[in-house]
Amino acid sequence: MSYLMINHLEKSFGPTRVVKDFNIAVEKGEFISLLGPSGCGKTTVLRLVAGFETPSAGSIEIDGRDVTGLRGNQRNIGMVFQAYALFPNLTVAQNVGFGLKVAGVARTEAAARVAEMLDLIGLPDLGGRYPFQLSGGQQQRVALARALAPQPRVLLLDEPLSALDAKIRVSLRQEIRQIQQQLGITTIFVTHDQEEALSMSDRVVVMNGGVAEQIGAPFEIYNRPATPFVAGFVGSHTAFAAQIVDPAAGIVTLGGAQLKLGQTLAARPGATVRLALRPEAAHLGTADGRETVLTGRIAQVNFMGAIIRLTAMVGDTALTLDTFNRPDTPPPPVGSSVDISVAARDFIVLDAG
Amino acid sequence: MTDFPATKRHQKTDAKTIPAMARRKRSVGSVFSWAVFVFGVLYFALPLIGMIEFSLRKRRGTYSFDAYTSVLNDSQFQATFTYSVVMSLVTILLGMILVLPAALWVRIRLPRMRPVIEFITLLPLVIPVIVIAFGYLRMFNTSSLLPMTGSVTGTNILLAFGYATLALPYMYRAIDNGLRTLDVQTLTEAAQILGAGWFTILFRIMLPNVFTALLSGAFLTFSIVLGEYVFAALLDRPAFGPYMIWTGGNRAYEPAALAVIAFTITWGCMGLIQLAGRLFPHTRAQR
Ligand SMILES: Nc1ncnc2c1ncn2[C@@H]1O[C@H](COP(=O)(O)OP(=O)(O)O)[C@@H](O)[C@H]1O
Ligand SMILES: [Mg+2]
Repeated sequence: MSYLMINHLEKSFGPTRVVKDFNIAVEKGEFISLLGPSGCGKTTVLRLVAGFETPSAGSIEIDGRDVTGLRGNQRNIGMVFQAYALFPNLTVAQNVGFGLKVAGVARTEAAARVAEMLDLIGLPDLGGRYPFQLSGGQQQRVALARALAPQPRVLLLDEPLSALDAKIRVSLRQEIRQIQQQLGITTIFVTHDQEEALSMSDRVVVMNGGVAEQIGAPFEIYNRPATPFVAGFVGSHTAFAAQIVDPAAGIVTLGGAQLKLGQTLAARPGATVRLALRPEAAHLGTADGRETVLTGRIAQVNFMGAIIRLTAMVGDTALTLDTFNRPDTPPPPVGSSVDISVAARDFIVLDAG
Repeated sequence: MTDFPATKRHQKTDAKTIPAMARRKRSVGSVFSWAVFVFGVLYFALPLIGMIEFSLRKRRGTYSFDAYTSVLNDSQFQATFTYSVVMSLVTILLGMILVLPAALWVRIRLPRMRPVIEFITLLPLVIPVIVIAFGYLRMFNTSSLLPMTGSVTGTNILLAFGYATLALPYMYRAIDNGLRTLDVQTLTEAAQILGAGWFTILFRIMLPNVFTALLSGAFLTFSIVLGEYVFAALLDRPAFGPYMIWTGGNRAYEPAALAVIAFTITWGCMGLIQLAGRLFPHTRAQR
């Protein structure tokens, strides 16, 4: 049995159901991200786990024990908030030691633990400062240390990086992940930033309208999105409508060309199937192993540094493709005609209807 | 590390680069504000100086502290003043115990009720004290279900509750202002998830953070209770307010001396608030 089990969790505020039949089994030491647009219920799930909200239905178990009926201060969970929420009247050391003091840990033991935590977050000398004397990134690291000090069973983070500027966000992302792995603490991380979710997590839960649309490793979520929503929300793609020729063999026609997809289809021949293509799956020019060649006209060139994102009109479809920047190869000019090669198995099937 | 020094430096350079015309405009503005300031000082200081001067003239032909010694040696003064100070401390405690948890509760659990609660706390300012006092007397007289006025202790308790009512608008506003600077909801949750109960949240987190606000509420309560007349007179308690009125009607120089004493106490309290604010390092930043 898994360490943290969330079973058929439901939450309604008045008539609105904000979380619908949410299920997940989290292994000990696993890093799970809840990813979804604003208002999809991520925070609510986290607050249900924390014990700040009571579920309308369903149960939450930690380490084999049902905690659904326990209040927030009885669950031994650590939490980091978007707004840091450090206690302004306490020093950094007192903030970090707060949970230990509440738990009645002996003074010397607590002091040692606080020092250990401050070392862990790389701020060993700032114990005597007050929160207002710290930068945002430092405050959030102190908040992390405060959450970890009492050795909680589960760590919850609600968009902890959203209030920080871009550079710190990326470095703190790595730091949090590294600390999490070092301590082996079971973690749920809420974010609306797919890059954060994909780069940090063992598994990602993509949420939409209170429902977990897909749960899987970042590689799986990105390459095999289970629903059109997941395909659209995680990464970008170009959508195509193709006609099924042979569902059992996965053969369709697209703009006159016949493609053999990497999977079989359920619908009958003649039906329309929606396909998606990631920008990196389309290749400028011809190449071995990319048997389908489309002709397009370059409509837009976005130079982004390491990557150049091109938009090409293939028939009526605006196809997005990425190429790596190479100093000796300038991107094709707008209006030029180009060959674009694609491997049929790289098409993602969105739905068969 | 901290970005405070940097910010300050920026402000300085900004001041240097202000064009000359703007600076001239500013100097006209500053002359005007100085004029207002001087007028204000005169407006408040002259009566005060007059009163102090008058209070020193009890002995014919020369200045003396006779009026003060007479007041301070009056056993009535000592008794009523002590009584009112004790009553004000009780009132402050009562007010805090009632208002702090209530204000917190409203912020955390019933944010939509805030306007209603605010209105209720304003009622003591709208309803004349005498109405409240008569209401109390009707509710708690000797022939009522809860005959508070039947004993001295009961009457004292009733008076403290009456004072707390009068202080409610100031106490609530002071505490609510203090809470406004905090993210009460998130801080509460942050403390809860670390295992803290309500007692810890109230006394280790909220109270220290609203302490200066509480002090100003306490100080206002103190001055209200010290000068309050109607409640004390109607309940027939030996308080400082009725004593001041009585002295005013029966003596010449002593009322002025009393007023100066009261004024000094008031200013002393304000000084104490400033001092207390400085004792809390974390409040320095918020100014
Ligand atoms: N206490 C509440 N009362 C009523 N509605 C709420 C409450 N908390 C959240 N909601 C609603 O639930 C939905 C999901 O909110 P939330 O979990 O905060 O989303 P997210 O964190 O994904 O942005 C939103 O539509 C929000 O308005
Ligand atoms: Mg949220």
